[in-house]
Amino acid sequence: MASSGTATERWLDNRHVLGLLFLLPAGVILVLFLTYPLGLGTWLGFTDAKIGRDGAFVGLDNFEFLWGDAVTRLALFNTLFYTVVASVIKFALGLWLALLLNKHLPFKAFFRAIVLLPFIVPTALSAIAFWWIFDSQFSIISWALQRMGVIQTYIDFLGDPWNARLATIAANIWRGVPFVAITLLAGLQTISPSYYEAASLDGATPWQQFRYVTLPLLTPIIAVVMTFSVLFTFTDFQLIYVLTRGGPLNATHLMATLSFQRAISGGNLGEGAAIATAMVPFLLAAIMVSYFGLQRRAWQQGGSDK
Amino acid sequence: MKAAETTAAETPEVADTQGMNYLVSLPRRIVTVYVPLGAFLLVLLFPFYWMGVTTFKPNEELLSREGNPFWVKNPTLAHVNKLLFETSYPDWLWNTMLIAVVATVLSLTCSVLAAYAIERLRFHGSRYVGMAIFLAYLVPPSILFIPLATVVYKLQLFDTRLALILTYPTFLIPFCTWLLMGYFKSIPFELEECALIDGASRWQILVKIILPLAVPGMISAGIFAFTLSWNEFIYALTFVSSSEVKTVPVAVVTELVEGDVYHWGSLMAGALLGSLPVAVLYSFFVEYYVSGLTGAVKE
Repeated sequence: MASSGTATERWLDNRHVLGLLFLLPAGVILVLFLTYPLGLGTWLGFTDAKIGRDGAFVGLDNFEFLWGDAVTRLALFNTLFYTVVASVIKFALGLWLALLLNKHLPFKAFFRAIVLLPFIVPTALSAIAFWWIFDSQFSIISWALQRMGVIQTYIDFLGDPWNARLATIAANIWRGVPFVAITLLAGLQTISPSYYEAASLDGATPWQQFRYVTLPLLTPIIAVVMTFSVLFTFTDFQLIYVLTRGGPLNATHLMATLSFQRAISGGNLGEGAAIATAMVPFLLAAIMVSYFGLQRRAWQQGGSDK
Repeated sequence: MKAAETTAAETPEVADTQGMNYLVSLPRRIVTVYVPLGAFLLVLLFPFYWMGVTTFKPNEELLSREGNPFWVKNPTLAHVNKLLFETSYPDWLWNTMLIAVVATVLSLTCSVLAAYAIERLRFHGSRYVGMAIFLAYLVPPSILFIPLATVVYKLQLFDTRLALILTYPTFLIPFCTWLLMGYFKSIPFELEECALIDGASRWQILVKIILPLAVPGMISAGIFAFTLSWNEFIYALTFVSSSEVKTVPVAVVTELVEGDVYHWGSLMAGALLGSLPVAVLYSFFVEYYVSGLTGAVKE
């Protein structure tokens, strides 16, 4: 009895055995609910599965159909437009806000705390607030602009295709800027102040300090932050679902909302899964571009001065 | 711990030696710093103010273009009253709370064990498992929800709270494990070696030495996981269909919007009330939250 107890104990003290044992709970959940569905999703994209009916393999039929489908093409364009415009503006505004917060300010910790609020509250709920702000009849923005004499009639923010695209992008930027700003601020705080002192003594202007000290040292963290930001934006779902459900005239449908509409509302699981699968190469490309593209600039930073 | 300490330690240093900022005159500082910062804060906070104002406005003020819309003349609790006593809002709050707490506890337990195994036990292949965890973190829910819906259906979990409790860990475990790996890394190996020499088992080391030292990391991971679960939308929208099991974000969007007449007052009250729990939790643990956010990005 005693010897078997010690044998078990010794066995449990073997770090390889114990390691696998500790990994088991996380592993079971992730394999069952992440790895398996990921494979299943790819498979479904090649079948004609409907809700309540297992599909048969149909090869590339779904992808061929989607390629010829005007709505899918529009959704692809919308997704790219949404991602590129929102990400660029989020980066610019986020970096600016981070630089402002990095200044010697009173109540700095307080400012930093409230700046992050848009990021931590449920997006679906803040989107409801934007829905009200963008209301065609009672929009506060239209009210203010009309009082200032800028516009004559109320703007139909969510009823016109281009207005709706820009309005959803604005809401996305509102939610994303705090994330970019706070993470870049953390990066800024790791830059030693002595660089700035040295640069000032050498007569560098504030712009030169930013361009030749801040930016190169911040590049690695910018790469990571923007990779995440692009990833979140490209796969965005809830903001669009709440604000427009893809309308008007599918002008704001993103690939995620379209795949939801086709698979869950429409019941065509196979088609929806094919749209979701079609997002993967774009995601990988976005990650590669933003990650490696910016990484390379970090490597070159030593010689790119002249 | 590490991340929280570095930010705390560096702030004063940065503050009193930041370049030659004292040379910048006050008027210039107002234009280049305070005005833009004020504009940022105004835009970032306005939607919350607007939610609050709308919540307490009577309908006739909401639907009028006259007067000053930025203020409430006759505040009313009618919308809040309607929300709390004429809809299932309290049930939705309870569902969200229950699901978020259970999913967080489950994920945190799995993550502590996994992170300790990967970072400290260094078993065969632990590096690859660490990489796999990071990749799992990059998988977005919006490409996973369709196949996951069929899995949930096959397991007969459709339209139950358990469906959400079991699927939320798919994004919580990778995140928490990644974060905790960073914290475990900062704990000196010597502590463990001493304990091993004194005859402690691996389990005792984990419970009595590593976990107490990793409490700040666990708080960060826990706060973050709770917030992510509370805010989750697409799984809750897809895997649940009855009103009784819905969570707040989904219920406000799908249940409170009836037909063409929007009850803006109760909608905003629902949005405000649903945001409050995370906002309050966040206000108590700002440092932990920020260190979790930046720690996860930095690693």
